Amino acid sequence: MSEQQTILDEITQSEYKYGFTTSIEMERAPLGLNEDTIRFISEKKGEPAFMLEWRLKAFRHWLKMEEPSWANIHYPPVDYQQISYYAAPKKKPKLSSMDEVDPELRATFEKLGISLDEQKRLSGVAVDAVFDSVSIATTFKEKLKEAGVIFCSVSEAVKEHPDLVRKYLGSVVPYSDNFFAALNAAVFSDGSFVYIPKGVRCPMELSTYFRINAENTGQFERTLIIADEGAYVSYLEGCTAPMRDENQLHAAVVEIVALEQAEVKYSTVQNWYPGDKEGKGGIYNFVTKRGICAGAHSKISWTQVETGSSITWKYPSVILKGDYSHGEFYSVAVTNNRQQADTGTKMLHIGKNTRSRIVSKGISAGRSNNSYRGLVRVSKKAEKARNYTQCDSLLIGDKCGAHTFPYIEVKNKTAQIEHEATTSKIGEDQIFYCNQRGIGPEEAVSLIVNGYAREVLNQLPMEFAVEAQKLLSVSLEGSVG
Amino acid sequence: MLAINNLQAAIGEKEILKGISLTVNPGEVHAIMGPNGSGKSTLSAVLAGRDTYEVTGGQVTFNDKDLLELPPEDRAREGIFLAFQYPVEIPGVSTTNFLRTAVNEKRKYRGEAPLDAVQFLKLMKQKMDLVKIDQSLLSRSLNEGFSGGEKKRNEIFQMAMLEPSLAILDETDSGLDIDALRLVAGGVNQLRSKDNAFIVITHYQRLLEYIVPDFVHVLYNGRFVKSGGKELALELEERGYDWIKEEADALIS
Repeated sequence: MSEQQTILDEITQSEYKYGFTTSIEMERAPLGLNEDTIRFISEKKGEPAFMLEWRLKAFRHWLKMEEPSWANIHYPPVDYQQISYYAAPKKKPKLSSMDEVDPELRATFEKLGISLDEQKRLSGVAVDAVFDSVSIATTFKEKLKEAGVIFCSVSEAVKEHPDLVRKYLGSVVPYSDNFFAALNAAVFSDGSFVYIPKGVRCPMELSTYFRINAENTGQFERTLIIADEGAYVSYLEGCTAPMRDENQLHAAVVEIVALEQAEVKYSTVQNWYPGDKEGKGGIYNFVTKRGICAGAHSKISWTQVETGSSITWKYPSVILKGDYSHGEFYSVAVTNNRQQADTGTKMLHIGKNTRSRIVSKGISAGRSNNSYRGLVRVSKKAEKARNYTQCDSLLIGDKCGAHTFPYIEVKNKTAQIEHEATTSKIGEDQIFYCNQRGIGPEEAVSLIVNGYAREVLNQLPMEFAVEAQKLLSVSLEGSVG
Repeated sequence: MLAINNLQAAIGEKEILKGISLTVNPGEVHAIMGPNGSGKSTLSAVLAGRDTYEVTGGQVTFNDKDLLELPPEDRAREGIFLAFQYPVEIPGVSTTNFLRTAVNEKRKYRGEAPLDAVQFLKLMKQKMDLVKIDQSLLSRSLNEGFSGGEKKRNEIFQMAMLEPSLAILDETDSGLDIDALRLVAGGVNQLRSKDNAFIVITHYQRLLEYIVPDFVHVLYNGRFVKSGGKELALELEERGYDWIKEEADALIS
C-alpha cells in the first residue's frame, strides 16, 4: 500500500464527535412489546381514544408481518422484546416557556450546536427538539402562530388539533405499509407536526433535531407535514446519538401532504452514531418517508445527506397524484468502515404531466457497502410523465462496495424516462495533484468529495450546506485507502 | 536554490534514475531533453514527491532544506510547482475554488493570513490578464471536459497564482498545436524573473524556441549524458538523439 493510500486510510477513520451521553433521570417503559406496552405509551401521552385504537390495530397487523429481507444489508436478527419503547426525561418539560426546560437537556442541545434560546438561534429557523421519546421544546411558536403556521410536537397535535391528525395521520404511509411503518404506528412516541394554511409561505425554516440518549431504547418518531393549497415550507431534520456498543433501533415515519400548488422542501442531515471501526454498535435506521403531491402543480422535494447509522434502510418517495406535480430526490449517502446503506427513492407517477428528478450520489469508503435502490413507476393514466435519474457512485479504497438497483415500470407510452449512472474512484492521481498544489491529503479528499456531492449540497439551505460539507469531510476522515 | 546530487530512483525493482546531479540558481531556465523512456518524467515526479517512485540514493536540497524529507504538499508550499503532463480532472470543483484552497494553504504554511474573497478575486483578475485566460474556464469543473490546450493554459494560470520559486514544466508542449504552444510559452515568459527558476522538460526543441533556456541537459538511460547552452537543443533537433545514444553507450562499454 502506498503512502498516499495509508494517509487515505487514516483520514477516513476519525471519531464520532456526538457520542457523549446525558445523565438525566428517565422514566421508561419496561423492555418488551405487547398491547400493554402500547396502552402504557398512549396513557403516558394522554391520548384520545382514537389514537389508542389506531395504535392497537397497527400492532395487531405488525404481529402478522415479517421483517423485510430484500435489501442489500446484513445484520443479526433484532429482538423486539429486548427494547424499551418509551423513555422520557422525568422532569416534565413545560412547553409554555423555554426557561423551564431542564438545564441538563438545554446543555445537551447546546453541545450539539442547537440552541433552544430563541435569541441565540440562527435567525429564521424554528426548532423542535426531540430527546428520546419526547419533544423537549419548540422555538418561535408565537411568531409562527401569527402567520397561522402550526409547528408543534405530534403528541401536542393529537390533543390540540385532533381533526387534522385524524384526517392525515397514516394517509400517506398507512400502518399496513411495511413492517417498520406498522411498528412505528403502534409505538411512536413523538415527532413534529406542521400545518401551513392556505396561501401561506412559512416565514422561517422549520427544523427538528432528534437525539437518542437512553440505553436499550428505540426511537420511533413520526412526523406529519401538511401544506395546504398554495402553501410553502422548508423543513430540516437533524439527528445524533451517543456511542454505545449495542445497536439501537430507529424506525421513523415521515408523511408529507402537498395540496394544490403547495410546495414542501424536506432536508435531512442524518448523523446517527455509525458504530465503531469494526462495526460494533451504531443505529439501525429503518425509516419510511413518503410524500403525496395530492393537488395539481404541487411539489415535494427530498434532500438527504446520510452520513451516520450502522444500517440505513430508507427510500423517501413521492406519489405524484396531482396533474403537473413535481417530485425531487437529492441524496448523498456516505458509508465508511462497516456501515451499510440501502437507500434511494420511489417516484410514483399517477397524474398527467408529472415530473420527477432523482440525483443520487453514493460515497463508499472503508469496508462499507452502499446501495442505491430506486423505483420509477408511470401508471397507465400518467400521460406525458417525465423522469430524469442520475445515479453516481464514488469509491474510496478497494475494500468497499457500491451497488445500483434501478427499477423502472412504465405503463404509458408517452412517458419519457432518462437514467444515467456512473461509478468512479478517488484516484491517487487526484490526491497527488492536490498535494502538488499545497493541499494536504485530508483537505484534498474533502475537496474532491464535496465537489462530487455539490449538486446535492446546493439544494440545502445555506447554513446547513456548510454543516453538511463539514460532516462529509469528518465522516470520511480516515477512509481514503 | 535547487541542488540535486547523485539522485537515484526506482519503480519496483527497476532502476530509472541512475545518478542525476544538477544545480539550479534563481533566474535560470534549464531544459531537460531526451528520448522517450530516458527518465525525464520520473525526475519531475520524484522532485514533486510522487511516492510511486522510491528514492534509492542521493540528496536533493531546496533552499537549504532536505527536499526528500518533505511530503509533496510541503514541497509545493516551499515553492515547487509541477505543471503536469496530464492534468487531472476534479469534477464539481472549479479552478477558482481549487486555487483559493491552494493559495490559502500555502499562506497558512507561511504564517500569512488567508485571502478573503475580495482579495482573492483581485489577485485572480490580475493573473488572468497576465496569462490571458478567460473567466469562463475558471468557473468550470477543474480540467473536466477541457481541451488539451485549455488544460495546459490552466496549469500555467495556476502557476501564476501560486508564484512558485521553482516551476517544473513536464512536457507541457505535448499535444499542443502551435497557437496553444505560443499562448502557453507566452504565459511562462511573463512569469520569468530574476528570482524564480524553471525546469522545462521536453522531447522536442520546438517549445524552446519560445521559452529560451540558459542550459540544456540531455537525459538518457537515467543519466545526464550531455549539457550545453541553447544551441545544444538545435543540434538535437537537427541530428536526432541517436548520436547521443551511441556516444553514451560507447562510454559505458
